[in-house]
Formats: sequence, C-alpha cells, structure tokens
Amino acid sequence: MLPLSDRLAKQVAGLPRSGIRDFFDLVVGRDDVISLGVGEPDFTAPWNIREAAIFALEKGRTTYTANLGLLALRRAIAGYVKKQFEVAYSPETEILVTVGVSEALDLAFRALLNPGDEVIYHEPCYVSYSPSIVLAHGVPVPITTKVEDHFALLASDVAARITPRTKILMLNFPTNPTGGIQPRAELEKLAQLAIEHDLIVITDEIYSELLYGGDGGMELPEHTSIASLPGMKERTILLHGFSKAFAMTGFRLGYACAPPVLTEAMMKIHQYSMLCASIMSQYAAIEALEGGMDAVESMRQSYARRRNLMLQGFARMGLPCFPPGGAFYMFPDVRQFGLSSKEFAMRLLEEEDVAVVPGSAFGPAGEGFVRCCYATAIDKLEIALDRIENFVNRLK
Amino acid sequence: MEKLLELLQQDGQAGPETIAAQLGRPVEDVRAMIKECEESGVILGYHAVIDREKFGNAGVSALIEVRLTPERGGGFDRLAHRIARFEQVSSCYLMSGAYDLAVIVEGNDLREVARFVSEKLSTIEGVISTATHFQLKIYKQNGFLSKAEDEVRRLPVAP
Ligand SMILES: Cc1ncc(COP(=O)(O)O)c(C=O)c1O
Repeated sequence: MLPLSDRLAKQVAGLPRSGIRDFFDLVVGRDDVISLGVGEPDFTAPWNIREAAIFALEKGRTTYTANLGLLALRRAIAGYVKKQFEVAYSPETEILVTVGVSEALDLAFRALLNPGDEVIYHEPCYVSYSPSIVLAHGVPVPITTKVEDHFALLASDVAARITPRTKILMLNFPTNPTGGIQPRAELEKLAQLAIEHDLIVITDEIYSELLYGGDGGMELPEHTSIASLPGMKERTILLHGFSKAFAMTGFRLGYACAPPVLTEAMMKIHQYSMLCASIMSQYAAIEALEGGMDAVESMRQSYARRRNLMLQGFARMGLPCFPPGGAFYMFPDVRQFGLSSKEFAMRLLEEEDVAVVPGSAFGPAGEGFVRCCYATAIDKLEIALDRIENFVNRLK
Repeated sequence: MEKLLELLQQDGQAGPETIAAQLGRPVEDVRAMIKECEESGVILGYHAVIDREKFGNAGVSALIEVRLTPERGGGFDRLAHRIARFEQVSSCYLMSGAYDLAVIVEGNDLREVARFVSEKLSTIEGVISTATHFQLKIYKQNGFLSKAEDEVRRLPVAP
C-alpha cells in the first residue's frame, strides 16, 4: 500500500503548517503567560445578542434556513451595508450569509479561480489568504506593504505585478496583523487599476468598524470601501462578518455581498458544501444589527484607549511602532535587536512570559515585526508592557 | 471629560497615569480634570461596591415609597433634603408616578429599619404615607452582577 502521505492532494500536502500553530503549541501549557497573541475580542458578545440566540432556541428555531440565509437577516445586512459602506445590495440576489468571513473567502476564490489564475494581495496579511488561494488552484501573488507607508498598498506596486493571468485583487483594510488602513486617494488609484485591467476585487472588511481617528484615536473616522467607488460595485465582492466588531467569533457568521452572478456562483458552492449558516447565529445576527450598534461603539472606544496605552508604552521603551488606524493589533518593529521575529517572540515568551505572534507568521513581509493584540484587560496590558520593557532593555 | 468620567465610573481606582495613557493626554491634564470634577461636585465620591450577601453580617436594605405634601415655592425639595440627611438613608430620589420619593434605607436588621420608618420618617410633617419593601436578594448593583460571568478562555494564540 502506498503511504497515506502520498495519497494527499498535491496542493494540500504542499501547504505549510501555520506559523501560528507552532507558536500555539509553545504557549499552551505555560501558566502565568500574558497572551497578546489572541485574534479575537476580549468582550463576550453583548447580552441582547446572546439573548436573541437563546430566544431562537426557546422558540424551537432549530431548522435549516434558505441557502442564502434568512431573508430578514439579509434585509438587515442590506440596510447596514448601505449605511456603513454606502453601497446598496439587493437582499434577494446580492447577499449570501456564510459561516464566517472564512467561508466567504473560500467561496469567493473557488467561484472565480481557474488553475493558474493569479491573485494579488498585500502582505503581511491574514494567514488564510495564501492557502485559500492555493486550495482553489490559484496562484498567490503577495505584494509587500511597508511600515514607511504605514502598511498601505501602493497602486504603483500593484501595477508592476499585474500580468495577463491576474484575475483578482484582494484587499483587507484595516489589516490583520498591521492595523494599517488605506488612504482614500490610494484606494481610488487601486480602483482605477482594477477597472483598467478588468480585475475582480475581493475586499475583506471584517475590521471596518474598528477605526481610530482624531486626537488619541477616540474619534470614529470615515471609512471608504472600494465597493463604493464609481464603477466598482459591479466587480467587487465585499466580505464582512460579525466576529470582530460585535464580539461574536464563536457564532461563526459572516456574509458576502456581490453582483447576482457572483452571489449565485458562491451560493452554489455554499449550498453543496455548507447548506446554510446556523439558524441560531442568524437570529443573533439580526439582533446585532438592530440593537447592537451602541455596544460596538463602546467596544471601539475601549480598544482605542488600550491602543493609546500600548503606543505610549512602546514609545517609552523605544520600540518603534506606527499608530495603527484600525483593528486591535499593534505591529512594532523589532529589527533593531538583530533577532528574527520568531526568535524575538520565543525569547520574550521564555524569559518574560508574554506571548506575541512573530510577524513572519503573516508572510515573509512580516519578518522583523511582531503582532501584539491589545484586546486584553488593561491591568494585564500594563504588566505585559512592563515585561516587554524589561526584555527590550536587556536586548539593547 | 466625558471619557474620563466614563473610565472613573467603571473603575474609581484607575490612577491618573493609566487614565492619561488610555486617553492619550498628559497626566497633569488628567489630574486637573479630576480635581475640577471633585471640586464642582460632578464627582461626589468614591466607594467600593460590596456584595453584602457574601459578607457574614449582611444587614438589611429597604426601598421605601414615600408620599409627601408638596409645599408652595419649594415643591418637595425641603422635605426631601431633610429625609436624605439621615445617615440611615443611602439614596433618595424624587420619582414620577404613584409616590414621590424612593428612599433606600440600610440597617442592621428589620427592626432597626422599621423603627427608623415609624419613628423618624412617618412622623415628619408633610409625609402622607410610607410603604416599606425589604430587599431579599441582590442580582446586580451599581452595574456589577453579583454572580460574575464565568471567565471564558480564548485560544492564547489565534490567527
Ligand atoms: C482579516 C481577517 N479576515 C477574516 C477573519 C476570519 O473571520 P471569521 O470569524 O468571520 O471567519 C479574520 C479572523 O481573524 C481576519 O483577521
């Protein structure tokens, strides 16, 4: 018999293990670790949202839903997206409710890519992009974004990488892991490029509510989605979900908004692979959109305060870090110490019991940086900062 | 200012340094703002929120509905102030609806509270009637749940 490892599909066998996984194994089993390695809110989902899920269960709502998702939820999403992003989608034909943005991403790539089609995206980035592209038989074409540009994606860099095989431009602003946002002028240039080269754009807007503007990051700045720019809605798949802003990671709920042909194509895959998203989660999501916005804003302000605390802490210890415009991550630059980001993270864990994620887990472009998630209690952040300061002082 | 008050309301012990770092303001500004709030009476005081049930000698607490005769000129103010000054009274609010004042009274036992009501409160001229409701169990006070939600363990490292 052939070894089972030889039976695996080529594109699966070739997938690297996530750098996050390796690090995870080191962290679990250690007590007293303060983890800045998390990727989710420290808030529990607001009570009214949880209560709506309980109510759905009490009412016996335990069935499948329409493949696209409950119409009431799609209507609520249409209203929300119109308000948040200024793009109008039809709840009947242009919105698909998915099991998190994770599933929506996979659907979008699978619906569009033929073997060899290229996807341009910016790196450092969320760990799933490249594997999802490979699993859909596409070719990942990462473009490095730089700290000098505050991790914005320059249209000139994109233009240089466009080939006849380029099919998709994938964006994620605010970005995991950098917290970077895309200035509107640069976004407009990307839209121009997409139109010129007839590209489809996938935009992962999962952090779009968590933005920090004005003095001390407390103000909510304007956010522009590329889908709202002229000529873009018809070539864009907008992905969004409830995990981050509503603190609903475990509900596993997201959605894709796209022109009818693309929605229909994604729906076909979803129908055969997932059938529908969980009905309890869908009812909870309706409540989130109808009665959860105050909670979102109060959580945003809480993140903004913690972001300030981190910025001040890093400044005090001489660790360069650009002020992130969104999400709940800081991405300090650790190149001055002559360690790889993995060595830095390992030693910080071993010597000071603080877990951060090596930037290299988010692609080679993340080397030289570490990701620190500040969605953790203030008192823990203060201790973590003290410990990082001790560590950094020893390295200097 | 509003943000500062919000933070202090959540945690009265938050130090000016932590608050300043969170708001991205110089610590002297924060100290000055706190002082101003204390002096102008916007901040009335600071106290621990104690769950008396978890603490041996729990004492008792009652909500007393008080109906008053309003007075020309001052309405209910003079009588309300008079009642609020008793040290047994922990809170006193003017209410809309079927009664006028909601008075929260604390005491060591039922008898002590009952005595306060019958001897002090109901004998004040202008008090028309009182109705005493003893508190039986606390689920939430001043924003704090008595039974904290279970701590949820997140994955320590996640994408
Ligand atoms: C950029 C980005 N996209 C998508 C996801 C996945 O989100 P969901 O929980 O909706 O599957 C995450 C989660 O960390 C993320 O950071």
